[in-house]
Amino acid sequence: MELRGFKNRNATPGYIYFEGEKESQNSWERFKRFSARAVKGELFVGLWIVLREMIKFNIHTVQYPLQKLQMFPRYRAIHKLLRLFESGHERCIGCGLCEKICIANCIKIDTKVDENSRKLVTEYSINFGRCIFCGYCAEVCPELAIVHGDDYEHASEQRAHFGLREDMLTPIDEFKAKKQKEFPGFGALSKDADKFVKKTPLAY
Amino acid sequence: MIETALIIETVVKAVVVLSVVAAMAGFATFIERKVLAFMQRRLGPMHVGPYGLLQLAADGIKLFTKEDIIPQNAIKPIFIIAPVIGAASAFVAVAAVPYFPEFTVFGYTIHPIISDINVGLLFIMGAASVGMYGPLLAGLSSANKWSLLGGARAVIQLLSFEVVSGLSILAPIMMIGSLSLIDMNDYQIGGVANWLIWKQPLAFVLFAIAGFAETNRTPFDLVEFEAEIVSGYATEYSGMRWGLFFIGEYANMITISVMVSIIFLGGYNDMWFIPGAIAMLLKVSLWIFLFLWVRAAWPHIRPDQLMWLCWKVLMPLSLINVLITGIVLV
Repeated sequence: MELRGFKNRNATPGYIYFEGEKESQNSWERFKRFSARAVKGELFVGLWIVLREMIKFNIHTVQYPLQKLQMFPRYRAIHKLLRLFESGHERCIGCGLCEKICIANCIKIDTKVDENSRKLVTEYSINFGRCIFCGYCAEVCPELAIVHGDDYEHASEQRAHFGLREDMLTPIDEFKAKKQKEFPGFGALSKDADKFVKKTPLAY
Repeated sequence: MIETALIIETVVKAVVVLSVVAAMAGFATFIERKVLAFMQRRLGPMHVGPYGLLQLAADGIKLFTKEDIIPQNAIKPIFIIAPVIGAASAFVAVAAVPYFPEFTVFGYTIHPIISDINVGLLFIMGAASVGMYGPLLAGLSSANKWSLLGGARAVIQLLSFEVVSGLSILAPIMMIGSLSLIDMNDYQIGGVANWLIWKQPLAFVLFAIAGFAETNRTPFDLVEFEAEIVSGYATEYSGMRWGLFFIGEYANMITISVMVSIIFLGGYNDMWFIPGAIAMLLKVSLWIFLFLWVRAAWPHIRPDQLMWLCWKVLMPLSLINVLITGIVLV
């Protein structure tokens, strides 16, 4: 489509303008309108539809504690901190981008430089009383370290539950059992991401 | 001696009818929830008992054990007696309704009607109309605006539909020449072709519409429509007092179903190969189902629309029907 097609703001030809129902003049016309409205089959159409749905018996109820919905990949529930598949170390490099971008100001991250002069994350916590689950942290994370999980059952006795690093980080035994899945959702690389990798031009 | 036997028989019948109708009214709530759920692609109550069957018992226990609250500014004696009037009049109306053909147990013939009075139809309609005092008194005594509006709407409804139901039933009465429901049933002996619905289709439709209005069912449920007046006259009621209103309403539903079945649908006469008692059960169940079906499908109307419908459309139609019937009979 050409650009000119978009620039045409005159939308009138495609529209049919409805002038409104005609005001009935005399009582005969009013009677005709009444009978046309009253004898319409719409009421029986309604009856047929509900009966059809009952006979088809296509029940949409999820009996929740017994059946659970599988959440789709982009669902944004309680966060998870992932580990590197190669070494099992946590992925977080302590860059602080998530803390910076968090619009609810609920991520708290603390780092220090360890004896090998590597940056080490000492504290990582999310205040889920404030978190709005916008997904910016997962999107901005360069290492896919902080991601959203799909566990939507987060009722607990304490507000602080789920929010500490040991709660969010994949447990090491679970990791060793190879149960950690790569995060497919918000901020993750697409499946065909390798195709778009280009060599850095080194002309200079 | 005969009188004693009659008294005992009547008392036994009354107890049986009362308990069965009350139990059916309770069961109808369960059926209603299930049918409505299926029509809306839900499952309805599922957790208490198999397929939620014991939900009925759970609801009963809840109603009986709930705290009975009487509002501070309510007029106490009237507030207390209003639900009793509602339920009692519904059960009084049941007294003149025949349910089944007479049958013999141990050589003793039983007429399944508590009292075959010769003005049975008038009695039923009168008692059912008295039932409107329940909502009215409840609305007036509750010291609550929603209740008051609900009570006012109950009176509007009574004034509107009572004329229609009376006039529409007049044409069959003229044809049969009796007010007893048993005579009406006997008039239609001899198969489906003799049903009164074929001779009085207009009266049938009018009486059915008036029946929906009388039982406050959906197209005319403006007495307790939640979105407008919370719970209408029952807003301030809790526990078993509220339950009494409910039982009365469902008993009325059963009464209307039985009446329509007897007057227009051939009553408890044998239908093809189906014996009369089972045919009666089928007809009544069909009508209860129709009540629920309509509730699932149709919106409800405004009070002014109800009055317009009853006074300007249905009443002239029923008068014309009476006139035509008279001309044909003469």
